[in-house]
Amino acid sequence: MYIKINNNHIELIKSANPYLIFATTFVFIIGLYYSLFQSPPDYIQGDSMRIMYIHVPSAWFALMTYSILAGSCVLWFITRNPLFNVVARSIAQVGMVFTLMSLITGSIWGKPTWGVWWVWDARLTSMLILFFLYIAYIFLWQAISNKELASKISAALAIIGFINIPIIKFSVDWWNTLHQPASISKLSAPSIDVSMLIPLFLMTAACFLFLVTVSLIRFRLVLIENKMLRTSN
Amino acid sequence: MTSLVKSRLIKFLLSLIIVLIAVLIIIFNLRDNIIYFYGPTELLKNPDKQGQIMRLGGLVSVDSVQNETDSIFYFSITDGDNEIEVKYEGILPNLFAEDKGVVVEGVYMNDGRFIANKVLAKHDENYMPPEVMETLKKSGKWQGE
Repeated sequence: MYIKINNNHIELIKSANPYLIFATTFVFIIGLYYSLFQSPPDYIQGDSMRIMYIHVPSAWFALMTYSILAGSCVLWFITRNPLFNVVARSIAQVGMVFTLMSLITGSIWGKPTWGVWWVWDARLTSMLILFFLYIAYIFLWQAISNKELASKISAALAIIGFINIPIIKFSVDWWNTLHQPASISKLSAPSIDVSMLIPLFLMTAACFLFLVTVSLIRFRLVLIENKMLRTSN
Repeated sequence: MTSLVKSRLIKFLLSLIIVLIAVLIIIFNLRDNIIYFYGPTELLKNPDKQGQIMRLGGLVSVDSVQNETDSIFYFSITDGDNEIEVKYEGILPNLFAEDKGVVVEGVYMNDGRFIANKVLAKHDENYMPPEVMETLKKSGKWQGE
């Protein structure tokens, strides 16, 4: 399963870039329009629930990106195909941004809803740990000058840190938390009204496009960085 | 699969199992510290928790909220089976309401009452527009207050 990236692939990614940027912006604008104007306020929370439309997709992709990151690190560890290492390093930054977004928007929502900006409950704390894991992964790789060693250590960190993902997901079910349990990813019907699912779906699509666009730009940068490291040695 | 890849895979799976066991042990031993609040039944079952600073959570009992002055409130927190009386001095959050989730922070007194110094409104996982709530109320399907 040795996949090799050649110049044709890179040219293809490069030419797709402007279309991806356009699509991301377009879906974001539509999503924001639906979130802010074309959806009703919540019966108790009022307009502050609109923060959910950016908070929830950010949190989903924070978890999903980390899962891809840890998965690539596992594949790299076992096969030592450098492509998986490049993939992991391409998506780490976007994942960190998603985590930060969900922490900040959650905090802004928490103040009017709960009455506090932050509490140390299991969901919020494990999400903060996820943010630190992303930072640690990015900085570890940069800090160690022997890049073979850097890749090994940062991949090990990413894989061990994956244990945090199920903890984040199920924290609201396993322990008493101030954060409410899941509204959508549960077995029964979602407890969100359909009129609110449309903007949520659009914003999820926008975040997905953002993830793909930024990751592909990073992918090219990481390849260039690798080439420079090889020639400087 | 080459033998090198196979041996790496086995080593990887072994270390994964060890890390999993370690994390499970840690979580199992920390579970009392991980929970953010206790429910009324849990507190009533453990009288040794009296006199301690802690958090209590549940639903505000229907028709239990009384205010002595503008800033001193009495209400009960229930989990359906048991309830604990709470006294709180301060400003209640906007989303505080009867039959809605709440978490209070304060001292569980020796007489079984709870003196709160902080009240947090707990939101549930339901989102709906006001019109839908009105329709549900009219059709008699409304579960809330």
